[in-house]
Amino acid sequence: MSNQILVVIEHLKGNIEDISFEMLGKAKEISSNTGGELVALLMGNGVDGMAGQLGISDKVIYVDDENLAEFNPQAYCKTVASVVADMQPKLVMIGNTSMGMDIAGGVSVDQNMPFIAYVSGISGDGNTITSSLYGGKMNVDSAHTGDGCVVSVISGSFPADAGRMDGSPSVENATAPDLSNLSLQFKQLIEPESGDVDITTQEILVSVGRGIQSDDNLPMVEELASKLGGAVSCSRPIVDSKWLAKTRQVGKSGLKVKPKLYLTLGISGAPEHIEGMKDADLIVAVNTDPNAPIFDYAHYGIVQDIFDFIPALNDKL
Amino acid sequence: MNIIVPIKQVPDLVEELEINSSGTDLDREWLKMKLSEFDDHALEEALLIKDDQGATVTAIALASDDIDKALFAAAAKGADRLIKITGVEGSSTHEAAKAMANAIQNIDYDIIMTGVQAVDDRDGQLAVLLAHYLSVPHVSVVTGVELSGNKLVVHKEYGGGMVAEFEGTTPIVLGIQAAKETPRYVPVAKVRRAMRSSSIEEVSSGDLGVDSGSTVSKMYKPESGGGAEMIDGSAEDQASKLMEILTQKGVK
Repeated sequence: MSNQILVVIEHLKGNIEDISFEMLGKAKEISSNTGGELVALLMGNGVDGMAGQLGISDKVIYVDDENLAEFNPQAYCKTVASVVADMQPKLVMIGNTSMGMDIAGGVSVDQNMPFIAYVSGISGDGNTITSSLYGGKMNVDSAHTGDGCVVSVISGSFPADAGRMDGSPSVENATAPDLSNLSLQFKQLIEPESGDVDITTQEILVSVGRGIQSDDNLPMVEELASKLGGAVSCSRPIVDSKWLAKTRQVGKSGLKVKPKLYLTLGISGAPEHIEGMKDADLIVAVNTDPNAPIFDYAHYGIVQDIFDFIPALNDKL
Repeated sequence: MNIIVPIKQVPDLVEELEINSSGTDLDREWLKMKLSEFDDHALEEALLIKDDQGATVTAIALASDDIDKALFAAAAKGADRLIKITGVEGSSTHEAAKAMANAIQNIDYDIIMTGVQAVDDRDGQLAVLLAHYLSVPHVSVVTGVELSGNKLVVHKEYGGGMVAEFEGTTPIVLGIQAAKETPRYVPVAKVRRAMRSSSIEEVSSGDLGVDSGSTVSKMYKPESGGGAEMIDGSAEDQASKLMEILTQKGVK
């Protein structure tokens, strides 16, 4: 095992995703404490220029292959596993993102390494790894028992600015493993349909979750949003139930928003939702469960039945 | 077309969660369990394919307290075959995935669909681990599957509502984020009928030889991140106080 930390860089449409800088910043902190080298793994086709944004790393390993031009679970798993096999890093950091979820477990099995998922914290020495489980209601500290470990890090757990540094780290070109026989092929990226309302530009969002129980209860929420001069947004279950359009969804697989007021009604605050709204200027949460994780992120909390609270607030407006 | 759907029960998060006396796991004595919601979506997607073009749907699960009920509920919804894997002591996803892989190796299958994640899979999501133990390709965070023969078009969701489209062939493992339709509901009476009319096959987990590779030192409720200032009183009082705050902050 080497004393290196490997951070898998994620990029889409030519942009390095924030999760990469968040992990780089944290990895730098650990490597400064433990004396190891911070290595960024960049994969793609003709994207070597991105290395200039990875100045915080001691070294960039760049793998260029036409089969890596777009993310592909099969191609990326094979490539990361082959780099890990060569390097034997003590820590492999991968985003707990859509792309990362298709890499981390594969590397764990293929390289017989421990894997700790949903990581929201890592101690300065890299030895204690905290996962956010049970919809954000419990934290679990783990220590791995292997020589190295794969972790998947929840977006927004560490500040991105700490890892954002331009520079010219040394770039080592590595050859991709044989990717000629992929049974899985990338076809296209489908952009989201534009909705009637762009929730990312709204100053006031009234956001509903599972607690709304039925789409019959949406009109009172719409009334509230309109009286406040804002729009209605929601958490994932509301979209899965087809009560609101995908364009209204806030969170990991939805949109990131930063309104002046984010008022949540019946949202418990699972990490996937928190990712999308925690930077709002003013967060007010209403939920019947006093232990709902949303109250850890809200500025003001109201424990109340939303069906009593919404009409009461509507009356005041 | 044979579709296998691994399912599991997870704690119902609506209930208050308590930590056990060793401080490393939930107190499970009074814990209310329910089918993992993503597994419910995976089952629904499989059943939609069955409804649309015909398929044999097999629900498979590791033995646990409430699992028979969950398997019979799957049968009541339309699953054709129920399998329970016995002999897995640990609770890690690595062990679950290896046990599933051992059992599934002896079954004809084209697609394995399971929930993209669960609320308690600390050592990783089942779909990808299982795919690698079986050495078949995988796609996670799937929100759409279209089949024609042994070819399939899969939609994988990225952030911001962006979707990546992949083309693959069976066999494949899919981690389902959301089915095309809201998962169907079955009344209890229908589950009871399924308990009489269908049976659960039991298979042994076989040799595992894997574990999570990590140990839990501590479970705890997250500290309030600064925490919210709580507004107490009746709904009426709370609404009034919130109005004052919004006015004072210049939001309203």
